[in-house]
Amino acid sequence: MTTEYWRWTESRWTSPDIDWKKADIITAGVDIGSVSSQTVVMCDGELYCYSNMRTGSDSPDSARRATDWALEGTGMKIEDIHYIIGTGYGRVNVPFAHRSITEIACHARGANFMYGPTVKTVLDMGGQDCKAIKCDERGKVTTFLMNDKCAAGTGRGMEVFANLLAIPINDVGELSLSVEAEPEPVSSTCVIFAKSEATGLLRQGWAKNKVLAAYCSAMAHRVYTLLVRIDVEKDFGITGGIAKNIGVVSRLEKELGLKALPAKYDTQIAGGIGAALFAKALVEKSRKAA
Amino acid sequence: MLNLIKRLIISHSYIANYGYTDGSGDWYIIVDSDKCDGCGKCVDVCPVNVLEVITDDYDDLVVSIRAEHKKSIKYDCGPCIPVSGERDCKCEQVCEPGAIKHSW
Amino acid sequence: MITAGIDVGAVTTKVVILKEGKIIGDSMVTTGIEQKKSAEQALDEAIKKAGIPRNDIERITATGTGSKAIDFANSEVTDVEADAIGANFLYPQARTVIDVGGEEGRGIKVDEKGRVIDFALNERCAAGAGAFTEAMSRALEVKVDEMGELSRKSTKDVEINAQCAVFAESEVVSLIHAKTAKPDIARAVHDGIASRITSMVRRVGVEKDVALIGGVSKNAGFVDCLKKHLAMDLLIPDEPQIVGALGAAIIAAS
Repeated sequence: MTTEYWRWTESRWTSPDIDWKKADIITAGVDIGSVSSQTVVMCDGELYCYSNMRTGSDSPDSARRATDWALEGTGMKIEDIHYIIGTGYGRVNVPFAHRSITEIACHARGANFMYGPTVKTVLDMGGQDCKAIKCDERGKVTTFLMNDKCAAGTGRGMEVFANLLAIPINDVGELSLSVEAEPEPVSSTCVIFAKSEATGLLRQGWAKNKVLAAYCSAMAHRVYTLLVRIDVEKDFGITGGIAKNIGVVSRLEKELGLKALPAKYDTQIAGGIGAALFAKALVEKSRKAA
Repeated sequence: MLNLIKRLIISHSYIANYGYTDGSGDWYIIVDSDKCDGCGKCVDVCPVNVLEVITDDYDDLVVSIRAEHKKSIKYDCGPCIPVSGERDCKCEQVCEPGAIKHSW
Repeated sequence: MITAGIDVGAVTTKVVILKEGKIIGDSMVTTGIEQKKSAEQALDEAIKKAGIPRNDIERITATGTGSKAIDFANSEVTDVEADAIGANFLYPQARTVIDVGGEEGRGIKVDEKGRVIDFALNERCAAGAGAFTEAMSRALEVKVDEMGELSRKSTKDVEINAQCAVFAESEVVSLIHAKTAKPDIARAVHDGIASRITSMVRRVGVEKDVALIGGVSKNAGFVDCLKKHLAMDLLIPDEPQIVGALGAAIIAAS
């Protein structure tokens, strides 16, 4: 059985402080990405429980599994949730969702929740895409750019390198920072070509951490070029899996001359949080109208 | 008049960049949703049927790129924006409020 | 006059030795980490085939991504120019030249003398070059040169939506898990790259006759798909990979 170096840790969490049965409005966001899926359940706009797992080959099935896992041990059933919004690449494939909203809007809203109203620039590096979003103090999108054509600057790109170097993806960031001096970055524009470059460098005797550093540097630069297109304004927050990669984040911060806000939540659930909050707003609107 | 009030008070405006970045550069169609009123003239005049009017997350009508063209916009816009020769970008020309632009 | 053209590509280095307008020797080696060494190795091989002493070569012109490393060349020329001249030599009736190499795809509009009128590149993106087929062949667990034959056995249309070699590889893996027939997947791969190449060439306008050069033109399955997308026939030389080096050798002689 070959070790799967790309395999990041799947997780779930339930709030120890909230009794969902006492909640007035229970909403959920189901974010089905091409690589990872999250279901986030909120009680009155507070984070109650969530799950974060690898998307399977079937989107509706992933939606159900992510939701079942999020609710595991809580006693809550899907029917107890007042409004469910699907988002992400597979958002049209969440059969039990009441509505779908684009991941751009959900990530902005989610980042606003996670980082507070001062966050103006959000970078989301997903499994197969990269989003640069500007938002206002309410978490509404004011500018956005999404690149999902090219693997450079996405989680998949990083997974390719983790596999190439046989290093577990959770360790990539730290290891890339353990170099004595910053090497020249590899070709930042194509993961396939960067991979051949890296193979050549390994043959020349480069240590793994040096190759990783070269790649993290290239990825940080690629992401930087996307961010400058939308004119970066502080505060800056990062969502998605790559926020957990200190090797890319620290290099990006250096190039931007701006530090990212520290994350107090799992950065991969931003889309789900945004969707759950949109759901809450819709429930409130409909109750007011009634 | 109601439309104007709606735009000032209710609707939310943003700048959307539709397209991609790859090894050869940045290729985006930039839409200013504040200026776009969803009139659809650009959709009609596009020779390669790249555009469509959608209802966005904030329930406004705005122009967007069709999903099947999102990842090949550099080529699809070729007829109006050739490698060399005259730039003749019909959607940009027909849009009175100047809501739509190309990044190249 | 005997001249040599050296084309240092990202994947392979080619040499053509020309005497009085005739190819008397040619070679192709894998481009190693040291491009100059690869060039010298290729030159030595071509010289041996030509059966001439090295000193008989009066001028050397270099082209390709690694042309700058060839300090013993007398001159340098862009690969677009080299491709155009080389294709014109083989097919003076060609007005469009398509070069699909290992790491770059090019669409070149040429005049009757092989001069470049306009060109478009699919640079630094594996999806527009041979690297795409190579990556997919790994996912399909077949050799690259088996892809052509495999795809020709296809009976069903299958779509690969990804425009990136990395994402396409995941899509191919999913298709294999879903028990999609490998010939159908292989043809979808060729169809994808043919579609991208066609779109690229259309940016400069496709005018017949159309010549196809570069390593990927040896893939019969890809050629089928490209002909279909262009809705045109293609002129393909027996040795499509040395056309750039040939063009450089011709330029050296002029």
